[in-house]
Amino acid sequence: MDLYRAHVLVCCGTGCTSSQSPRIISNFEEQLADNKISNEVKVVKTGCFGLCAEGPIVVVYPEGVMYFRVTPEDVSEIVSEHLVKGRFVTRLMTVSHEEKATHAQNVEESDFFKKQLRVALKNCGVINPELIEEYIAHDGYTALGTILTEKVAPLDVIDMIKKSGLRGRGGGGFPTGLKWEFAAKQQNDQKYVCCNADEGDPGAFMDRSILEGDPHAIVEAMAIAAYAIGATQGYVYVRAEYPIAVQRLQLAIDQAREYGLVGKNIFDSGFDFDIDIRLGAGAFVCGEETALMRSIEGKRGNPTPRPPFPAVKGLFGKPTILNNVETYANIPTIIRNGPEWFAGLGTEKSKGTKVFALGGKVNNVGLVEIPMGTTVREIVYDIGGGIPGGKAFKSVQTGGPSGGCIPASLLDVPIDYDNLIAAGSMMGSGGMIVMDEDTCMVDIAKFFLEFTVEESCGKCAPCRIGTTRMLEMLDKITSGNGTMEDIDNLERIAVSIKEGSLCALGQTAPNPILSTLKHFREEYIEHVTEKKCRCGVCKELTTYYIIPDLCKKCGLCAKRCPVDCISGVLGKEPYVIDSSKCIKCGACEQACKFKAIIRK
Amino acid sequence: MGATKTMTHDEMVQALDQVIQRYAANGRNALMQVLQEAQNIYGYLPLNVQRSIALGLGVSVAEVYGVVSFYSFFSLTPKGDYVVSICMGTACYVKGSQAILEKVESELGIKAGECSKDGKFSINACRCIGACGLAPVITINDDVYGRLSADEIPSILAKYKEA
Ligand SMILES: Cc1cc2nc3c(=O)[nH]c(=O)nc-3n(C[C@H](O)[C@H](O)[C@H](O)COP(=O)(O)O)c2cc1C
Ligand code: SF4
Ligand code: SF4
Ligand code: SF4
Ligand code: FES
Repeated sequence: MDLYRAHVLVCCGTGCTSSQSPRIISNFEEQLADNKISNEVKVVKTGCFGLCAEGPIVVVYPEGVMYFRVTPEDVSEIVSEHLVKGRFVTRLMTVSHEEKATHAQNVEESDFFKKQLRVALKNCGVINPELIEEYIAHDGYTALGTILTEKVAPLDVIDMIKKSGLRGRGGGGFPTGLKWEFAAKQQNDQKYVCCNADEGDPGAFMDRSILEGDPHAIVEAMAIAAYAIGATQGYVYVRAEYPIAVQRLQLAIDQAREYGLVGKNIFDSGFDFDIDIRLGAGAFVCGEETALMRSIEGKRGNPTPRPPFPAVKGLFGKPTILNNVETYANIPTIIRNGPEWFAGLGTEKSKGTKVFALGGKVNNVGLVEIPMGTTVREIVYDIGGGIPGGKAFKSVQTGGPSGGCIPASLLDVPIDYDNLIAAGSMMGSGGMIVMDEDTCMVDIAKFFLEFTVEESCGKCAPCRIGTTRMLEMLDKITSGNGTMEDIDNLERIAVSIKEGSLCALGQTAPNPILSTLKHFREEYIEHVTEKKCRCGVCKELTTYYIIPDLCKKCGLCAKRCPVDCISGVLGKEPYVIDSSKCIKCGACEQACKFKAIIRK
Repeated sequence: MGATKTMTHDEMVQALDQVIQRYAANGRNALMQVLQEAQNIYGYLPLNVQRSIALGLGVSVAEVYGVVSFYSFFSLTPKGDYVVSICMGTACYVKGSQAILEKVESELGIKAGECSKDGKFSINACRCIGACGLAPVITINDDVYGRLSADEIPSILAKYKEA
């Protein structure tokens, strides 16, 4: 093997790829060749480092220096300064919201990474996901190899997973070992293992990053699961919106097959296993396990009643287990390090780590993996770097359309499955959206409800009709026509939807409303009684106003207004908005350089 | 994915035939895969294409239509040459994707879900595309634009209007 004095890691996750990381790589290769150091420095294409908002990201080892927002044009400077002369390019070492380079030089020492613990993401941003050799060099396929060559009994494998305390990362938190045990106990000529990579929570990208950054971990874990329950065929159900993930996963499966790690008689053990990919087609309800299986069968993705549970009668009527991508990503490490190691991480009832896609009004947007028991405050302020623009924190949303909003008073709650439910939200699959003082909580509730109304499969009336009724009430409230009775009715209907719905989509659909009503009721009441949206988000309740004393009479706002409803005299008289004609597009507020325009 | 504009009608028919033959042995289990590939060929799924698929896989046209209408990814109407997708996922929403959508709609003179008369543009309000780090995000065919403000929309669209 060649020895290199330095490695340049370039993130090729979805975020960075869309901001030109492929060109950055080719520029590095050219520049290294021009400087005749191609044989000394190796360029590695990796998966996501996690700090997506600051991408494209380039890390140079051995120093571990991280460069942010690198453009293809910056490459020559990094090569000539850092790689040739050994001087860091400090200009690229600051994240955008910080004034100067306060970031520690070394990646692992920065605030963003210090409180994290990477188990599921351990290879993301470290190895080249397109090379099986790199996965193997990082202990890849040793867990599967050990089990098969040492002839560990399937039930002993299941026992290890049970002892680890691993619970499903797809939302529900069901103990993974138990699920496997149910399926293992079924007698049948054919069983299946499936992987849920549908990632339906709008605003989450953990599973995508794992598939893009470490696809072999999923292949290895599914093979282990198949061996444990006695299956020979696996399916990964991936969203069609994730082309890079699909491509890397397919490559991983093909490479594993070439190496004999997938296919017939793996490790000469007599164990056969193969994997196929199935693409989703844009229906959120297909993330639900029975709907997902109907979709793989080529049918409409309508959920079916349980029992029978999939472990008994699942895909094509055969015993089937379904696990989430992140759940699988933990499996090889649990086998390698032992269940006791995993059970030593986290809280009493929630073991291990959880990956969150941190987004919204927070400085460090990206992927974070923390030990269970970390507080929301630590994630938002220490890892996330706080709220941009000195704004006040309002809430954190977890669990997507099935979850809820956690208010500032609960910032110190340690995150685990049970605490989040007690806080009126849920773990969910890992979306974590930070909201600041400018986010209207009634509008957010409406946003999620619009989502569920659109995504309800329509099979049962409480879900189909109930959510539509609730949306109508929220529409009334946000347009200033709501009554206090509407607020009470929202709570009443919520209960009947929860009780009368067949699948968890309906059963959890009222959660965003119930949790915002619980923690931010005053905002609802303000919309109703004062006809006011304090955040200036609900258009019908908002008026744009120019503060005469602040107006510099520059006329820029009037130029931008699409309906010509701003008048004034350039340089002489302050400008005024005719609110009867204003369509509340907000263009004037954005245009004014003197912050003279406000929303009331 | 937009239509493969470079294919002639006959080539499309032929390509579809090949797809159906490849999957015919799997019958109805392969319906989703065949529909996905058919949409890649045609850009959408007109009734005659659904009919050929039903015949080829031995399922009823009603069942094919039932599946097509269930999944939002399948389209019964043609899309524009350029599909402008505005991410309305949570991360993008709290960062102002509503204003971006409105700007795109007013710039193109069509609403989300519609296609312009000349067939050049259509607008698609989509869910998280997994690039939340760049929120708010839009895509135009395979190009991704992130960290946007509504102001930048006209100049971005201009590139495609001229193309
Ligand atoms: C409407 C709905 C959508 C869901 N979407 C997802 C999803 O996108 N990804 C996922 O892993 N699980 C999703 N789930 C949960 C799955 O049904 C299932 O519980 C999970 O995949 C099991 O894997 P786990 O035990 O490893 O978490 C969804 C459930 C419902 C009801
Ligand atoms: S609860 Fe809603 S999504 Fe679930 S089966 Fe019923 S109608 Fe369909
Ligand atoms: S842009 Fe601002 S300062 Fe200029 S005229 Fe309008 S309100 Fe006054
Ligand atoms: S919000 Fe829009 S319509 Fe209203 S005054 Fe400002 S620019 Fe004109
Ligand atoms: S919410 Fe827009 S990319 Fe995720």
